[in-house]
Amino acid sequence: MVKQEQELDNRPDNTAFTQQRLPAWQPMLSAGIVIPGFVLIGLAFIGIGVALFVTSRSIQVLEIDYTGVAQDSPCYRCSDPDTKNCVCTMDFSIDTLFKGPVFFYYGLTNYFQNYRRYGASKDASQLSGDLEYFKNPSSDCSPYQYDNDKPIVPCGSIANSMFNDTFKLYQIVNGARKQVPLDGKGIAWWTDYNVKYRNPSVTPLRNAFNGTVKPVFWSRPAYELDPTDPANNGFINQDFLVWMRRAALPNFRKLYRRITEGDYAEGLPAGNYSLEIAYNYPVLSFDGEKKVVFSNVSWMGGKNEFLGIAYLVIGSLCIVMSIVMLIVYAKFKFPEED
Amino acid sequence: MSMRWMDERQRRNSTVGFSLSADILLLSSSNPNSLCYVETAELDGETNLKFKMGLRVTDEMLQEERQLAEFNALIECEEPNNRLDKFLGVMRWNQEQYPLELDNMLLRGCKVRNTEECHGLVIFAGSADTKIMRNGGKTRFKRTKIDELMNYMVYTIFALLILVAAGLAIGHTYWYEEIGSKAWYLYDGKDQGASYRGFLSFWGYIIVLNTMVPISLYVSVEVIRLGQSKFINWDLQMYFAEKDTPAKARTTTLNEQLGQIEYIFSDKTGTLTQNIMAFKKCTISGRSYGDPTTAEGVSLDRGRPVDWNWNRYADKKFQFMDNYLVAHVRSKKDRDAMEFFKLLSLCHTVMVENKDGELIYQAASPDEGALVTAARNFGFVFLSRTQDTITIREMDQETTYEMLALLDFNSDRKRMSIILKFPDGRIRLYCKGADTVIYERLAANSRHKETTQTALDVFANETLRTLCLCYKDISAEEYEAWSRKHKDAQLTLTNRDAALDQVYEQIENNLMLIGATAIEDKLQDGVPETIAKLAKADIKIWVLTGDKKETAENIGYSCSLLTDDMQIHYGEDVNEKLSSRQANRRNEPQTVHQRKKKPAEPFFTQPGKNALIITGGWLNEILYEKKKKRRRLRLRRLGRRSPPSSPQDGQPMNDLEKEMRQIDFVDMACECEAVICCRVTPKQKANVVSLVKKYKKAVTLSIGDGANDVNMIKTADIGVGISGQEGMQAVMSSDYAFAQFRYLQRLLLVHGRWSYIRMCKFLRYFFFKNFAFTLVHFWYSFFSGYSSQVAYEDWFITLYNLCYSSLPVLLVGLLDQDVNDRLSLKFPKLYLPGQQGTLFNYKNFFISLFHGIFVSLIIFFIPYGAFLQTMGQDGEAPSDYQSFAVVTASSLIFTVNLQISLDTSYWTFVNCFAVLGSIAIYFGIMFDIHSAGIHVIFPSVFTFTGAASNALRQPYLWLTIILTVGISLLPVICIQFLHKTIWPSVGDKVQRNRKKYEMELEEEEKKKPSAFQRGRRSRRSAYAFSHSRGYADLISSGRSIRRRPTARGGPQDSIREVPH
Repeated sequence: MVKQEQELDNRPDNTAFTQQRLPAWQPMLSAGIVIPGFVLIGLAFIGIGVALFVTSRSIQVLEIDYTGVAQDSPCYRCSDPDTKNCVCTMDFSIDTLFKGPVFFYYGLTNYFQNYRRYGASKDASQLSGDLEYFKNPSSDCSPYQYDNDKPIVPCGSIANSMFNDTFKLYQIVNGARKQVPLDGKGIAWWTDYNVKYRNPSVTPLRNAFNGTVKPVFWSRPAYELDPTDPANNGFINQDFLVWMRRAALPNFRKLYRRITEGDYAEGLPAGNYSLEIAYNYPVLSFDGEKKVVFSNVSWMGGKNEFLGIAYLVIGSLCIVMSIVMLIVYAKFKFPEED
Repeated sequence: MSMRWMDERQRRNSTVGFSLSADILLLSSSNPNSLCYVETAELDGETNLKFKMGLRVTDEMLQEERQLAEFNALIECEEPNNRLDKFLGVMRWNQEQYPLELDNMLLRGCKVRNTEECHGLVIFAGSADTKIMRNGGKTRFKRTKIDELMNYMVYTIFALLILVAAGLAIGHTYWYEEIGSKAWYLYDGKDQGASYRGFLSFWGYIIVLNTMVPISLYVSVEVIRLGQSKFINWDLQMYFAEKDTPAKARTTTLNEQLGQIEYIFSDKTGTLTQNIMAFKKCTISGRSYGDPTTAEGVSLDRGRPVDWNWNRYADKKFQFMDNYLVAHVRSKKDRDAMEFFKLLSLCHTVMVENKDGELIYQAASPDEGALVTAARNFGFVFLSRTQDTITIREMDQETTYEMLALLDFNSDRKRMSIILKFPDGRIRLYCKGADTVIYERLAANSRHKETTQTALDVFANETLRTLCLCYKDISAEEYEAWSRKHKDAQLTLTNRDAALDQVYEQIENNLMLIGATAIEDKLQDGVPETIAKLAKADIKIWVLTGDKKETAENIGYSCSLLTDDMQIHYGEDVNEKLSSRQANRRNEPQTVHQRKKKPAEPFFTQPGKNALIITGGWLNEILYEKKKKRRRLRLRRLGRRSPPSSPQDGQPMNDLEKEMRQIDFVDMACECEAVICCRVTPKQKANVVSLVKKYKKAVTLSIGDGANDVNMIKTADIGVGISGQEGMQAVMSSDYAFAQFRYLQRLLLVHGRWSYIRMCKFLRYFFFKNFAFTLVHFWYSFFSGYSSQVAYEDWFITLYNLCYSSLPVLLVGLLDQDVNDRLSLKFPKLYLPGQQGTLFNYKNFFISLFHGIFVSLIIFFIPYGAFLQTMGQDGEAPSDYQSFAVVTASSLIFTVNLQISLDTSYWTFVNCFAVLGSIAIYFGIMFDIHSAGIHVIFPSVFTFTGAASNALRQPYLWLTIILTVGISLLPVICIQFLHKTIWPSVGDKVQRNRKKYEMELEEEEKKKPSAFQRGRRSRRSAYAFSHSRGYADLISSGRSIRRRPTARGGPQDSIREVPH
């Protein structure tokens, strides 16, 4: 036999692979797996759904539109694009304690930060502090690449269109305005602040910007974005970082400040508040809206009932379908013939 | 007619079995009269040895090399053509003209047998001109149905892509007018109108959505096919150890088509049969012999073959199980038995050659060879013959008989006789022939008629080929009187054959029956089982053979293609049905247009199975149109005109009617369970195949072994060659080659089925996965100003098809099996979905598309809902684009990989590894390219820094992913389950009871496999002698008998000097 095999040069190998006999598991979608599986998944989904829904209901959100479209709005006069350095005040009241930490967002609607050309209009190398690109910004930044033949730093549409409204929050305590301290530290992603965006290692920072100009729409150059904190300037300015992280959808919110300090560490107590807005950012031309949002968060993040409801619906459907499948299976069960 | 100068001379030093590669005019050979024996099985499937003869003049003048060197003649002959049965030419040499015929030609594909040396002149050479190659047909580029379908689907997707891109471009135009132009932050410094921007956006979307068109599909499909071909090559169960030939997939592009075969066209000789005739049984004086029996006459279940050592002339290869008959003959007690074998040794046209003491028989047919060999082993050795004597050795004693007349076979007579004068002066006629003709001519007092008939029926039931043997004593006066008539008839000038037949008839009567022989035309192993299996898989099998009707029919029975419950129709019988249908149509001229609406009524109205046996001549009428066109063309070239004639009733047929007739024929033939076409040329074989292909739109497979099958192998959708035989022509033009017919069932029912299922699964999934992937961009564009913004990171798009989703589906395409090979073979019905093409067609394609669209919808809108107006755990807004991209991409990867897991029915560790690996690779690569390090090195290339880690640490986003994956998969599981429960397919049932069936199979295997019973059938004549005219003419003319004393020209060395 051994001798014979030696003669047979063309004999294929007898292995499990070549003979297609690899050991294998051949699962079937049998009723014993599918129906209990659906019940279990359904129950699990309902459980998650309830948890999400309840959590979401417990989150407090306060949203204030300050676009000033309506004539009775305090910001109506500021919405005129010709008005410069306009300041308006929105008053609001809180009925119960707004549990802290409270997050302070600004929101924009009908704003297409996800527009492809807009999103591409920046220079990642420049923003990572490479001085080469200070002189020659990427052509992606066009038309905000050069201004009068001087390179724009930071170049591009995103930087150019940076949100520049500023807010001050006061609690009205016995008719007097008490400023609520806003914390602007660490509102951007850690990676953005530490890795992705970096100032050139030139001190003072302004020297690095020699020979460049500020973005056209900016009132101050990048190295003077935060006059109160020298470390919060250039590309690692927190507000700048927040703005540069493009929103996925045309209606978005961005974190402005946190309310974590002083008397407000526990949250915003019930009472009257006044919001002072330095109204600079024009949105009426494209039918956009500007909002201010106060919210607290839970383990699941901000308020969003969609996911909880979706889980509940899908979980219930699973249960319903498992019953349907059980009925169908009982009716059409395989007769034990061959 | 063209003139060809042939100054090329070819010398063929042909040993036994030399295969020719050109059409050669035989000039001379070492045999007397420049005879040359050829085997033409490659050309026409006939197994008998034929002879070709050189012209007398070349035979005489061109024996020596020197003479050949000076040979200078002009040969005028017909143009190269494909007619194997005709050759016309004239040789002008030394101011003389000699007609050349087919008898002088050795055609390419013949095997020269029993001829030491022959010289010839090449007339047609190469693959373009030789007759057999002209029959070979064009090499076609073969593509599978799925290939075609796939192309159309890709066109569909292309169209869809353009539509979608156009729609989005229009969307962009409007969006830009309404919103974009007013959004100051989007100002890009370009003065472009909205429509122009829309136009640009169109191209943008063509690029963004191009992943919808599965370019990588083609590559992957080829990879899968290659793998499947390898599996065919590697299959040990298709490996023929005897000849060390594994199966070979010679093309790698047709595998899945193997799972869709509806018609098989098989050659007979060498494919179904082994081309070996064996003397199996006989009946002598009413007693049957041949079953395993001891010398004492005790029947056994399994006997020992007879030991032939007592007979020094015996052919050792001859096997016989009945020891009793041998002992019986050796005892010399039974005169009938002696007479039986004596007849076999005398009544034949075999020629003998004594080579080194070994007797070599040259028989006109293998049947005859088998009979003479049997006689030889039983002690009646045919030693030699001259023109008018035959010498045999009867046991120990040599006797020479004077041969008075030899009454040869032909297909009408179905018998041959020999009239001998015994040494003691008696004159006796020995005759052998078909039972039907012999029984008519038996003497009234002939004994054993009934018992022999019973035995014949038994033999027929065992599908053995039978011949009746009988004798007649003739008085000297009677012979004298007959001899005169015979001589007169021989001298008749007109209708000599008919006259001779009439004379033969006069002497062949009042015969005394001795017995009958039964010869087995050995089938290849496992042929009947294979055919039965394939028939159960609803595959129709047609046998196309160049051989005779009787032989083909006999083989039809023996391989269980024909059964007794079938009604057999012959070509001539069904003519009526065809012409009446034709007439009906003529009477209702309008039906031509309504043909499609009217359901075709069946031709055979009687219940029960039908079979059709037709001949090449009859087929010609059906295929008439093609043939005539060609002839008309030729005639026009010759400048002559022939009036258009009709094949049948004189009414001219127009093209439409001819086509209708062909359709009728195909419809009719397809109603039959089995169709046998005999006496067909290679061209006709191919035409039959293409008729079925054309009118039935069916997937066809041709299987054959010889050069005569090349054309049909090339014509059919799939050609299979039987390898390991001597000729390689069929294998060379085939797509698959293996050594044994029985491997066909494994090729189709196992490999074909698997390949088809795998390919269908693969394609369905592939379309799905690309749609699910790409259309997310489409949904996203509604929220991104139709700005060609992609929903995923660019790197993800690049790597998706390459790394994240391709391996599991590729493995499914390579390894998946719903049921294992043994169950596939046990349940041939599992093959049906392939034939009906139910696993992949436009319906499945659109289902895949909608599945993809559905999943893309879920993958976009669940995260959309979750991202709307929310923020992260730590207050940072997670609703940024990069987090969104990470969530959708992760959901997609989970969904597609789990979907393929659902589709995988055969989980090997490799599959497991691939699915988990794909997901792992996705996360691995994503975390890498989102890492800080790589951003520092390439800041503008990897811009998603930190996105993965930031997004995926939020439980909220994980819950989003889980929900997305759940909604994408749960409905699929539910629908699949309901579908399988309510409408289970055969495959589902088998799969469900897999364990049970496997147990059954194992139990069956433990039992001894029962030998296949050759069917029990009713009475029919089992006469099937593979004969043409024997060598009677040769023998009686004495030409071949006397070896001419001509001196051969010089020693071998001088021969070689002859220039070519």
